[in-house]
Amino acid sequence: MHLHKYEKIWMTFGIAALVVFLSIVGVSAFSHEQHTPAGGIETIDPEKVKETAPFNEPGVKQLDEDTYQATIVAMAFAYEAPELKVPVGKEVIFKLTSTDVVHSFTIDNTNVNMMVVPGQVTTKSYTFKEPGKYLILCNEYCGTGHHYMFAEIEVTEE
Amino acid sequence: MIAAADRKLALWNIGVAYVAFLIGTLAGLLQVFIRNDKLVLPAWLDYYQILTAHGVLLALIFTTFFIFAFFITGMSKSLGAFGPKVLLWNWIGFVVMLAGTVLATVMIVSGKASVLYTFYAPLMASGWYYVGLALFVVGSWIMSFALVGHYMKWRKANPGELSPLFAFMTVSTIILWIIACLGVVATVLFQYIPWAFGWVDTINVELSRSLFWYFGHPLVYFWLLPAYMAWYVVVPKIIGVPVFSDALARLAFILFILFSIPVGFHHQLMEPGISNFWKFFQVVLTFMVIIPSLMTAFSMFANFERAGRKNGGKGLFGWFTKLPWKDVRFTSLFIAMAFFIPGGAGGIINASFQLNEIVHNTLWIVGHFHITVGTPVAMTFMGLTFWIIPYLTGRKFSKTMQKLAFIQIGTWTVGMILMSTAQHILGLLGAPRRTAFSNYNNHPSALEWFDGILTNHVTMAVGGSILFLSAMLLLYIVIMSAFISPKAVEAHEFVEFPLAESDKQATPKIFEDWKVWIGIAFALILVAYAVPIIQMIQDAPPGSKGFITW
Ligand code: HEM
Ligand SMILES: [Cu+2]
Ligand SMILES: [Cu+2]
Repeated sequence: MHLHKYEKIWMTFGIAALVVFLSIVGVSAFSHEQHTPAGGIETIDPEKVKETAPFNEPGVKQLDEDTYQATIVAMAFAYEAPELKVPVGKEVIFKLTSTDVVHSFTIDNTNVNMMVVPGQVTTKSYTFKEPGKYLILCNEYCGTGHHYMFAEIEVTEE
Repeated sequence: MIAAADRKLALWNIGVAYVAFLIGTLAGLLQVFIRNDKLVLPAWLDYYQILTAHGVLLALIFTTFFIFAFFITGMSKSLGAFGPKVLLWNWIGFVVMLAGTVLATVMIVSGKASVLYTFYAPLMASGWYYVGLALFVVGSWIMSFALVGHYMKWRKANPGELSPLFAFMTVSTIILWIIACLGVVATVLFQYIPWAFGWVDTINVELSRSLFWYFGHPLVYFWLLPAYMAWYVVVPKIIGVPVFSDALARLAFILFILFSIPVGFHHQLMEPGISNFWKFFQVVLTFMVIIPSLMTAFSMFANFERAGRKNGGKGLFGWFTKLPWKDVRFTSLFIAMAFFIPGGAGGIINASFQLNEIVHNTLWIVGHFHITVGTPVAMTFMGLTFWIIPYLTGRKFSKTMQKLAFIQIGTWTVGMILMSTAQHILGLLGAPRRTAFSNYNNHPSALEWFDGILTNHVTMAVGGSILFLSAMLLLYIVIMSAFISPKAVEAHEFVEFPLAESDKQATPKIFEDWKVWIGIAFALILVAYAVPIIQMIQDAPPGSKGFITW
């Protein structure tokens, strides 16, 4: 099998670029916890969500000086979470699960974009940089009311 | 011309493909007008029902039937006429596939299956929808095995010889398809069907999603490889050069088999149930397809340059103007390739682990697959349609037809640029995909999305309308070439199957030793999937019962 000289150059360059790119993606993802996408391997009984902690008490809770946890239950076609209000500049750990089908929990203008799967708990940590009222929406098809499934989170000045 | 019986088989496949195309593009047209609130549906029809039809009929049905028509024609042309057994099994496969298609379509139309073409559990469609999909896959397997049988017969008759490039590529694509379908068959047969018919109460949701995406990513390569076949073996013939390198072409296809399957988790980067290690591991494997993609790009440009220079092109880029632009068979495929450059670049962004957060499930993704499957693949199939139907029917492809064909691909290009650009930008701004019209209670963020020059409520609708007109023009060309255009009489009036010469002298024999490549493919699949799948089963939460939320 014969390789043309230009082809060798082209492929060498291409593969080198690939290695560099993957290293950057990998290092930046794993060096900083906030940069890994939504996930987690915790499970939950989808029929007993409302009896299982922390989903028995959804809402925002302060964990320590700099960390908050927002616990939210997704269901067709709404999010159960009273008073979504968090301070700017503090780490917020979002925890979600679903009582029925798959949904998403997506906050516009942020990189919070979580798939919410029944039987699983999805976790994502995020620190808001700007105060304001952010639109939360479901971007995974969940039924006729999918496009009416939304909420709002208020990020307050300290 | 190939044998009459083989032609009939190919034509029936094309016929079904274009019926699906008609209904599918009509659904697309409705979607763009529902999304911007210009069309309100009657109570018996729902946006998501239409969207399910659009996805299933275009992405699954149109593509697969067309691909088999192309395979049948090319296999008969390069390996000789089908024997009676090959023909019989092809017809059986075709009928099973068609039965599955009709069953699934009836379920969608009757509103019992508005679960989209990805049918994520625990949305629960009628059990018959899943039966329809299973029949569709089984039918495609029967046809696949019939074609492989034809190929084996040729190998036996020509011991020690490498098969013609077209046959090699067909068999590679079929191997990819069969291995890929194992995932969807497993989940449909063992999870969805027992659950939807009520034989079991619950379903392991995360497992079903992972098995679906084990299939879902190589599915896109099942669409793409036949387009690559056209680029590798049809384009050189049209522009008057031999295949650039037989060995590299075969190697690229082998690499596609190896690296397009163990990568499905890149569709599940934002979800729980899979550890970051395995997500990232499959992201790395995903990027390996860049290697055969770069090889393909190189071969294409090498072809163009050689052809252009042969026709007298001078200087660094002079060859470009000397390509046969007036030949719609070439120009259509060239535009298809050009669309794949931004398409492929977008794919790199989608698969990049954390970059995926920004675009996952936004309209960006919709823009993305319309400039990958919706144009590079679909327009390659259009470019093939222009000659393959006349080739099969023995009718003429007149000058007027060629003009119409140019208008058709031109309008598709314009429509797609408008629609997909709007979708890409809207997605970056955050607008979600798979949604009927909604302004989220006039939330300022949502209103902002539709405020741009290209991202207003009009652009996507104009693009979609142009696309639909283009689709109807294509159907006119299809009907003319199939039934109405005058029959060719003189030798020069017959439309040919452009199939380039490929010199396989320097090609290593091991490239056609399928045991080796299938073995490596399964080894990679085991490494990438065994542990996470076992975990999904062992650590499974209580399953989900079905929900009908539409
Ligand atoms: C007349 C031409 C077409 C128009 C106007 C059109 C329009 C659209 C629109 C507006 C959507 C997005 C719907 C949403 O997310 O809410 C969509 C989705 C989609 N389109 Fe097209 N499209 C066309 C042709 C095609 C072709 C040729 C293919 C593939 C061969 C294709 C494959 C798809 C797929 C797979 C989806 C995703 C379905 C889903 O989310 O379940 N489309 N199309
Ligand atoms: Cu939803
Ligand atoms: Cu993929």
